[in-house]
Amino acid sequence: MSNHHIRVTVNGDVQEADVDARLLLVHFIREDLNLTGTHIGCDTSHCGACTVLVNGTAIKSCTYFAVQADGAEVSTVEGLAQNGDLHPIQEGFREMHGLQCGFCTPGMMIASIALLEQNPNPTEDEIRWGISGNLCRCTGYINIVKAVQYAAEKMQE
Amino acid sequence: MPEIQGLGHSRKRVEDARFIRGRGNYVDDLKVPGMIYLDLVRSPLARAKIKSINSEKALEVPGVLAVLTGETLKEYDVHNMPTLMNEHQMVLPLDTVEYQFQEVAGVLATSRYAAADGVAAVEVDYEPLEPVVDPFKALEPDAPLIWPDRPKWADVPEEERSNHIWHWEKGDKEATDKAFEEAEVTVKENLYIPRLSAAAIETCGCVAKWDAVEGQLTLWMTTQAPHAIRTVFALVTAHLGLSEEKIRVISPDLGGGFGGKVYVYPGYVIAVAASIVTGSPVKWIEDRTENLGTNAFGRDYHITAELAGKKDGTLTALRIKTTADHGYVDAAANPLKWPAGLFNICTGSYDFKNAFVEVDGVYTNKPPGGIVYRCSFRVTEAVHTIERLADLMAHEVQMDPAEFRKKNFIKPEQFPYQSVLGWEYDSGNYAGALDLAMDMIGYDELRKEQAEKRERGEFMGIGISSFTEIVGAGPSHSFDIIGLKMFDSCELRVHPTGKVIARFGTKSQGQGHETTFAQIIAEELGIPADHIKIEEGDTDTAPYGLGTYASRSTPVAGAAGAMAARKVRDKAKKIAAHLLEVSEEDLEWEQGKFFVKGSPDQAKTIQEIAFAAYTDYPQGMEAGLEAVSYYDPPNLTYPFGSYICVVDIDRGTGEVKVRRFVAVDDCGIRINPMIVEGQIHGGLTMGFAPALLEEISYDENGNMYGSSFQDYLLPTSVETPKWETGTTVTPSPHHPQGLKGVGESATVGAPVAIVNAVVDALWHIGVRHVDIPMTPPKVWALLKEHGAALEQ
Repeated sequence: MSNHHIRVTVNGDVQEADVDARLLLVHFIREDLNLTGTHIGCDTSHCGACTVLVNGTAIKSCTYFAVQADGAEVSTVEGLAQNGDLHPIQEGFREMHGLQCGFCTPGMMIASIALLEQNPNPTEDEIRWGISGNLCRCTGYINIVKAVQYAAEKMQE
Repeated sequence: MPEIQGLGHSRKRVEDARFIRGRGNYVDDLKVPGMIYLDLVRSPLARAKIKSINSEKALEVPGVLAVLTGETLKEYDVHNMPTLMNEHQMVLPLDTVEYQFQEVAGVLATSRYAAADGVAAVEVDYEPLEPVVDPFKALEPDAPLIWPDRPKWADVPEEERSNHIWHWEKGDKEATDKAFEEAEVTVKENLYIPRLSAAAIETCGCVAKWDAVEGQLTLWMTTQAPHAIRTVFALVTAHLGLSEEKIRVISPDLGGGFGGKVYVYPGYVIAVAASIVTGSPVKWIEDRTENLGTNAFGRDYHITAELAGKKDGTLTALRIKTTADHGYVDAAANPLKWPAGLFNICTGSYDFKNAFVEVDGVYTNKPPGGIVYRCSFRVTEAVHTIERLADLMAHEVQMDPAEFRKKNFIKPEQFPYQSVLGWEYDSGNYAGALDLAMDMIGYDELRKEQAEKRERGEFMGIGISSFTEIVGAGPSHSFDIIGLKMFDSCELRVHPTGKVIARFGTKSQGQGHETTFAQIIAEELGIPADHIKIEEGDTDTAPYGLGTYASRSTPVAGAAGAMAARKVRDKAKKIAAHLLEVSEEDLEWEQGKFFVKGSPDQAKTIQEIAFAAYTDYPQGMEAGLEAVSYYDPPNLTYPFGSYICVVDIDRGTGEVKVRRFVAVDDCGIRINPMIVEGQIHGGLTMGFAPALLEEISYDENGNMYGSSFQDYLLPTSVETPKWETGTTVTPSPHHPQGLKGVGESATVGAPVAIVNAVVDALWHIGVRHVDIPMTPPKVWALLKEHGAALEQ
């Protein structure tokens, strides 16, 4: 198996490592970098618990090799709060009760941020389509939609 | 001083602080020094003889350390393990495999990648055997015997062995049969409620760490019932020298449970054995296919149900016969006296004088389980049956289904109500909930719209479900899990500055106990909820309890919290009397303080009293301010609700669109309305899912359909209806705070409302019943059969 040197910027910090070609990005993030906020729920890119941003695009890191992220900027849930201040999407999830068990939450928040980057003022249907690649088993999505709406308003202030 | 935030306050959740920052502590987040990885070889066949297992090539894979088989475990006599139904199931097989994806061997390696490579390199030689997939075929005299080597047959003559597990019945058969003979009207239907998987987004897993020097086993695992699990481990490993005080089960943050994390899966036991054998900590985490393919299932009930009544719509009798497919072993997690769970709640919200219900449990070549999927012990099956039949009868006697229900409801003045099948319903106002739901949805207008649409050839249906739940297991006279009575517990300690730590025997999986249990105590002591820390899930620190499932946390552990707080208040009163130099009789309680009757200025706050409990307590009294409660509930609780669903059916595609869904829930007093609403939203979505999307099924060879999210369809945000919720409040008369519990109500009540709506839409073309899931192909086939499909 081939080994590769990669250089990835994760939440602003430059990380260098020698990794197997087959190492998945999610394992690199969770196990090599100890950033365990990004979760694994299905291994088949259906559930979205592993969603992270690579150069601003939301991707499912369980079906993405670490070597593909060489030279890229990766953002995970751990990078959302800045200087102790919560990101509006984090506030939205807390204020609107957008989470229960919390397992899908990091991926759901990252997917929501990617949506709001493209569409800062989405309709309810646009939000529902925007997060439809992320599964939640607890909330029935209503309060997640409200959390995204909360963040959209806050981010436009 | 922060606000008290007791009962009824939509307090923001304490748990969220870590979850929204990615700082949760789920089991796969755990790293222990020296940890190795376990991955499992699983059977591709539903039934086969294992001729040989060759580990040579696997052991040559870089990083692979060892391969464990049934023979390895047999040396330690842990190749089989007891189920919670007093049977045995295989941890790793010696001779045969009995379902697809069954564990065959364990591979240990230095990384999860190496372990997976090792699994691929283990060579197993199987001799295929004919599987028994259909439970009715399993009962035929010439059916092959499933798992012939099962321990319970060791002393049973061969001719007495069969795939029939047990027969259970309740009610007066003779009187019920007579009522059917005399009935003016009867209806009958066959219902199949398919297998489901709880499919929490976090799969199951553990880290097992054996310390040979200390004789200490620490097991971090995805469990909803850590204390019971510890006792089971202590009982089955005593011969290996493990001792209960040196077994520590820690249930960290759980990424959902829904019943799927009550069970002990072979993987946990193999991980423990592997840690003992290798001396290294061992991590095992399921992948999604393993989770869907082998975790305990829900439902799988084949039901034949009949209702008898009068032409005026009065119900007179209910008769139900059910075949329960249990897979290759009965490993359900029911109380021992209740092999079919609480299925005898099947008389539902109606006042029956006669009823008879019987259930037969059957082995098939499928994974075991039985009561997962957010369903308090077979209540969903019961509600589905009675609410489906009620609708059939209403149509049969040409009454509006709402009017029909109201005519037959148990009336508010009949509570506490003794049901003919043995339950004492604590409280209810069924018509009140249905009336509110009808107002909210505009029932009469919808019926007019339906009639107009039908004229135009558009198919629209309105379905009702008026369900009664039965939760809070349970009173010790009737309820136990392998002999452990189903109490729950709280240990409460007030620190000198008036802050509290309280530990419970339950384990939240998203319900928000850290938030709501603090509110229960805040209500009783007047100490702000923000000053109350809640802990659960560590058997070394938390008091013994039976755990969180079957909607039992609020009615049982919640009551323990209230009772422990009241004990603390009793001692606080003595201290207050001492401080104020009055007798206890002269004191009155107002939330947060004791004051002298008639002299409200003479008062001591609970915080002042707490400080005195460590600095200035009466002579002869022990210091400190703490209490323990082990709460044995006097009865179960009976939450209820009425749901109304409106569907539109696409005659071209068979797609069922849930246009509106109003859910009125009555779970007694609500601790935290925000969290209750959230649980109802999630519960409704887990009711919608099996009605239209989710199903685990098998082909004739026992191959599973639905072993990934590609074909086991969890609802996304796009399909999920926009739920509309309403509230009525009928407190439980026996719970100290009037609480009933709500976690599962919506999943129990919702599916049949959707089925009733679909049948209502299709009744005029001759459709009388549809089994779930009501997929577009199934509905389109029905439309076609009845000449109503639109074809281009």
